[in-house]
Amino acid sequence: MNSLKKILLGEQGLVVIFAIAFVIVSIFVPNFLTERNMLGLLQSVVTIGIVACTMMFCLASRDFDLSVGSTVAFSGMIAVMVSNASGSILLGLLAALLAGSAVGLVNGVVIAKFRINALITTLATMQIVRGLALISSEGRAVGINDPNFYQLALSRIFTIPTPIWIMILLFIVFGFILNRTVFGKNTLAIGGNPEASRLAGVNVVRMRIWIFALQGLVCGVAGILLASRITSGQPNAATGLELSVISACVLGGVSLAGGRAAMTGVIVGVLIMGIAENVMNLLNIQAFYQYVVRGFILLIAVLLDNMRSAAAVRGRE
Amino acid sequence: MSFLQFSAISKGYPGVQALSDISFSVEKGAVHGLMGENGAGKSTLIRILSGDQSADSGSILIDGEEQDYRSVRDSFHAGVIVIHQELQLVPELTVAENLWLGRFPGRAGIIDSRTLVETVRNRLDEIGIDIDPAAKVSTLSIGARQMVEIAKAVMLEARVIALDEPTSSLSSRESEILFRLIDRLRAKGTVILYVSHRLDEIFRLCDSLTVLRDGRLAAHHPKISDTTREKIITEMVGREISNIWGWQERPLGEARLEVKNLSGARLRTPISFTVRKGEILGFFGLIGAGRSEMARLLYGADHRQTGTVSIDGVTVSPDNPKAAINAGMVLCPEDRKFDGIVQGRSIEENIAISSRRHFSPFGILSPKKEAAIADRFIARLKVRTPSRKQDIINLSGGNQQKVILGRWLSEQGVKVLVIDEPTRGIDVGAKSEIYEILYELAADGMAIIVISSELPEVMGISDRIMVMCQGRVAANIERPDFEERSILTAALPDKNAAHTI
Repeated sequence: MNSLKKILLGEQGLVVIFAIAFVIVSIFVPNFLTERNMLGLLQSVVTIGIVACTMMFCLASRDFDLSVGSTVAFSGMIAVMVSNASGSILLGLLAALLAGSAVGLVNGVVIAKFRINALITTLATMQIVRGLALISSEGRAVGINDPNFYQLALSRIFTIPTPIWIMILLFIVFGFILNRTVFGKNTLAIGGNPEASRLAGVNVVRMRIWIFALQGLVCGVAGILLASRITSGQPNAATGLELSVISACVLGGVSLAGGRAAMTGVIVGVLIMGIAENVMNLLNIQAFYQYVVRGFILLIAVLLDNMRSAAAVRGRE
Repeated sequence: MSFLQFSAISKGYPGVQALSDISFSVEKGAVHGLMGENGAGKSTLIRILSGDQSADSGSILIDGEEQDYRSVRDSFHAGVIVIHQELQLVPELTVAENLWLGRFPGRAGIIDSRTLVETVRNRLDEIGIDIDPAAKVSTLSIGARQMVEIAKAVMLEARVIALDEPTSSLSSRESEILFRLIDRLRAKGTVILYVSHRLDEIFRLCDSLTVLRDGRLAAHHPKISDTTREKIITEMVGREISNIWGWQERPLGEARLEVKNLSGARLRTPISFTVRKGEILGFFGLIGAGRSEMARLLYGADHRQTGTVSIDGVTVSPDNPKAAINAGMVLCPEDRKFDGIVQGRSIEENIAISSRRHFSPFGILSPKKEAAIADRFIARLKVRTPSRKQDIINLSGGNQQKVILGRWLSEQGVKVLVIDEPTRGIDVGAKSEIYEILYELAADGMAIIVISSELPEVMGISDRIMVMCQGRVAANIERPDFEERSILTAALPDKNAAHTI
């Protein structure tokens, strides 16, 4: 019993839980372990997975970002509208990335420079940005004119859809940044002890602004891919995304108190969220129930975080 | 007859014996002074009295009854109230609400506001405090809030009230009001334990006095009229300096650090000084004298209002620790836990946090170099740990301090080291190791500022001492002229300057 607890709360605990869950689901849920379903599953977590990369940095530095869902919708909208208006997809993509980064930058500056609580700030920008998406589209979906735009989401490389490749690429890039760069180490240091980091020469304000800007940029990427997949800019897209992303991160062992994060954990967290949803779809469970399940997953994630921290403290004594 | 009695109280913390065998007693209706240097054990004794900490051995008797506290709540019920420097009032509630907090009068959860205000008004009148019970605490001055705290103690029928440095943030007028209040409480038979550094206050108020030194009872004066100012100072210091410090004369070079008119929000009076190459300059002062504030301003950790700081003639830009580091100045902060170590990260990361930018091309780490540097400083500074991967929180205080030193020694071109309380909470063995490191660095030409509340330490390792008192430099003393009494006298707030902040 004790050793089981140790495994589950340890570094690799989540991977173990994931492996067990995966095996059980593969055996009992029909059509789960097929190539088609697997690709579908991965495709369904692309948005969460991509945004989770930077949310991990945000949480690890003791911050918080609720505006990601709105930013994804907004930048997707911008991508579609600018490419329609200019006739250039490239221009549309650039505009979307820029729009996402701008939202992130504003978040970062307000939070780090003016020292406003991250929860409140991003709660505000979440609504502002959603409003902007609705205003610019007059509340309607905007269809994509140039079919080449669809190709972003439809094209395949080695039979695997491009968005999945992009997600994998971002996992690798941000995993590298977290573990192997000064930026990543400083992020964890700020989360561990902001004042000590500042006195040790880390420019905490600039770091936090960068983290938020990066978060915005990545939301831009997610927004573009989402728009391409649903073949339009939807002002109401990605509602509630922030909660799924934060759940995935916390489930993946990113500490809400900051200072602790791992890319592998976040990937597993994202996959668990995806599997839960996928299985419920396969079993024809009504969408209404899915909210309940997602809520429970978040609760369990936070409980696990709590138990892990407690275990870490006990381990010290 | 003695009302409050401490009997053979001892208390140890890891690495330090805070109190050994303290016994003394206080008469009913007496104001009893408690004096001693920083770290003499006053706070520990007060904590034990309040039930916040428990003694390893010994007992406290009140009115002949042995007390067995397990918590602050128990001491409350026994009628002991400790009023700390940081006041414990809710700012957004009124005076009356604060005094009734936790046991509001009324029925079914509806507060009887008339009783609330009237009882408090009567009680305040009774002890002669002129404060409106309906006023919000946040609108009151610090002095008035202190009165409210005391009124709260009186309302709780306190038999013993301990005041910890109550006048440290009061104006002279407010202090005088406080003294009159204390006089009235004395007349009512309340025992007051009065902790202060200010000798004039002690003589103004106290009937009797106890002096602590290094956790031991240095002197007990049942009648304060039997002693003098000079005697008390001698009792507070009264120890021999031995050369356990290993200090040796070093050649000093030209001026390395020059500070002119440095001031900030928490250090109003501008201060200027110079530190030479190879010099260890000690800063001594009582808690709150402004030493750490000075260090933080110097380092750019707090906002500098006036002044220039230059190293080898090059001006250091203010407001940014990073700029200070680039200019060659580093700080080992006073509060290691909150300002020094990054908890949850390894020793290696704590060492490399600043210096890694020198060997991380394009911000990409070189784990091998980082490991090598960590290992080098773990060996050089004799950090006791099984591995460089160990979470720093698992290390003892001394080893954490060494890791922070390692952080700075791994930086390039450090010219000025500011170390605040270098050995606080560190055991004796590690202490002398840290001193050795400081001497080595000084011998290499570094200018070192050591800030300490421990007088023997400052005297033991410094080439020169600047004594601070109430935000000013009170004395600048060269090593040949080091003398405990004169340094401590300079550090104590004197009669004339005491209330002019």
